[in-house]
Amino acid sequence: MRASRVITVLVLLAAIVPVAWFTDYHLFQLTMVVVYAIAILGLSLLTGFNGQISLGHGAFYAIGAYTTAILMTTWEVPYWATLPVSAIVCALVGFLLGLPALRLGGLYLALTTFALAVAIPQILKYKLFEDWTGGVQGLVIDKPDAPFGLPLSPDQWLYLFTLAVAAVLYVIAWNIVRGRIGRAMMAIRDHAMAAEAMGINLAMVKTRAFALSAMYTGLAGSLGAIAVQFVAPDSFGVFVSIYLFVGLVVGGVSSIGGTLIGAAFIEFVPNIADKVSKAAPGAVYGVILIAVMFLIPGGVGGFLLGLWRKAAKAR
Amino acid sequence: MLQGVIHQIMSGIATGGIYASVALALVMIYQATHHVNFAQGEMATFSTYIALTCINLGFPYWVAFAIAVVISFFIGLAIERILMRPLANAPVLASVGVFVGLLLIINSLSGWFFDYTIKQFPSPFPDRPMLGGYLSGHELGSTAVTLIVLILVYLFFRHTRLGLAMRAAAFNPTSARLVGVRVGWMLALGWGLAAAIGAVAGCMVAPVVFLDPNMMSGILLYAFAGALLGGIDNPLGAVLGGFAVGVIENLGGAYLVGTELKLTLALVIIVAVLTVRPTGLMGRKVYSRV
Repeated sequence: MRASRVITVLVLLAAIVPVAWFTDYHLFQLTMVVVYAIAILGLSLLTGFNGQISLGHGAFYAIGAYTTAILMTTWEVPYWATLPVSAIVCALVGFLLGLPALRLGGLYLALTTFALAVAIPQILKYKLFEDWTGGVQGLVIDKPDAPFGLPLSPDQWLYLFTLAVAAVLYVIAWNIVRGRIGRAMMAIRDHAMAAEAMGINLAMVKTRAFALSAMYTGLAGSLGAIAVQFVAPDSFGVFVSIYLFVGLVVGGVSSIGGTLIGAAFIEFVPNIADKVSKAAPGAVYGVILIAVMFLIPGGVGGFLLGLWRKAAKAR
Repeated sequence: MLQGVIHQIMSGIATGGIYASVALALVMIYQATHHVNFAQGEMATFSTYIALTCINLGFPYWVAFAIAVVISFFIGLAIERILMRPLANAPVLASVGVFVGLLLIINSLSGWFFDYTIKQFPSPFPDRPMLGGYLSGHELGSTAVTLIVLILVYLFFRHTRLGLAMRAAAFNPTSARLVGVRVGWMLALGWGLAAAIGAVAGCMVAPVVFLDPNMMSGILLYAFAGALLGGIDNPLGAVLGGFAVGVIENLGGAYLVGTELKLTLALVIIVAVLTVRPTGLMGRKVYSRV
């Protein structure tokens, strides 16, 4: 069996073990790690593999979260059934935003998506949508119980559920990146003109990458909303987008495994740094972000992969 | 009705002056290095805190103002020398990453040193209506200050040797270096000037919006919109764009979308300019050989 498969199986096993003896709070934290990992994976597909920089993925996260919350509160749709709807909604929004993004090169796209991230809480608060979004108050969701009378607490069940969804999404992402579409995405990232000359339809691949990426991050938003049981405009400020970006860079922009490292980073570092001072998490994020840019541009994931390859060569 | 419109336009020009200053700061850095400084707003907020600290220490307003501007200049200079220099030829993602990191660090430092509570910031101008009641004393005063700054910057670039050298360094670094311009220092100087202009904008806007570590995030958005509207490689265009965005924002907020969606208006301007006319109204079209 290939080494990468072995690692995947080991990671999955290691992920299931905590269910047995972790407290509910720690399981909740792990659930959020998985949620952020999916969100960062979405960002990675766009920024890492397709070279379109987004500083506004918090907006898709918010749209996914709100789609689920609205479906669950207004129409009493079961939580699992909101996921496909949320995926479709987010993919559609992503596709539509991908159209103007086609005309924007690297920096301008970063700027525009940054503007989207700053503006999104305001849009969510807007009074015309208040009947659905709950305005400034936000919406409260019930936590789902384990189905079929399984002897699991809601937190244990939700963690396993999130893990299962994540596993499916990771397999899909892995296959996309490894296949024809992934190679086309990376060719556009590395040299758009050469890619076009080889017959890749730039507009189609880029807009679809945008849609795919938005779908991933939106699904993460849905799962995150179910786990947190609450959505409100002010929890989707510009910092969500920035934290996702930080997680992406720390894990490694084009490293699928690195997204897990980045997600653990953005979930646990604030908890640790918060004990120092309220300002510490931001400062730590900033310093580490700059340090990664200067020292290991490939992120922790890229760095580990490099070590692995070196070791394999030496053998 | 007409009076209301005139009033909105006038105060739009007053806030537009702030956007114009920040837009000018953005353009100065963009022209020289082709980077968009996402941390420009946080830097300006930090400068405003420096001014407030000096005022609280007992300095007269304008002395505190001058101290803040000078310190900001050196902070800008230092950031360029230490952080930006090594990234001169790095990919866009690296520079965006460093700017975002800078944004996070400066934002936390503001909160750490100066506390997260919302603070009042004094205005040096009399608090009474002026120009027949269309503008407050502060609005008129801050517009005057921004105009003076813009004129000074213009004179500096047009009529001094240093200004000429800086323009040369931004326009064609290789040739500038060949005729003896120290290009690296010119870029650092540009950063310093941008930070100083940001400090002025921060001090002028703080009495209106109150001072907290996130004060400038919305303003930065309008400044982006202004810079893009005017043309991000054209200082004059960016300044006019900043004023235009101020007026559009005020009129739109009053008659079109309401105050709750003002930031979204900035987003719409940005997307519209970039898709319809990416060079902005006064920008230069850039051709590149393949």
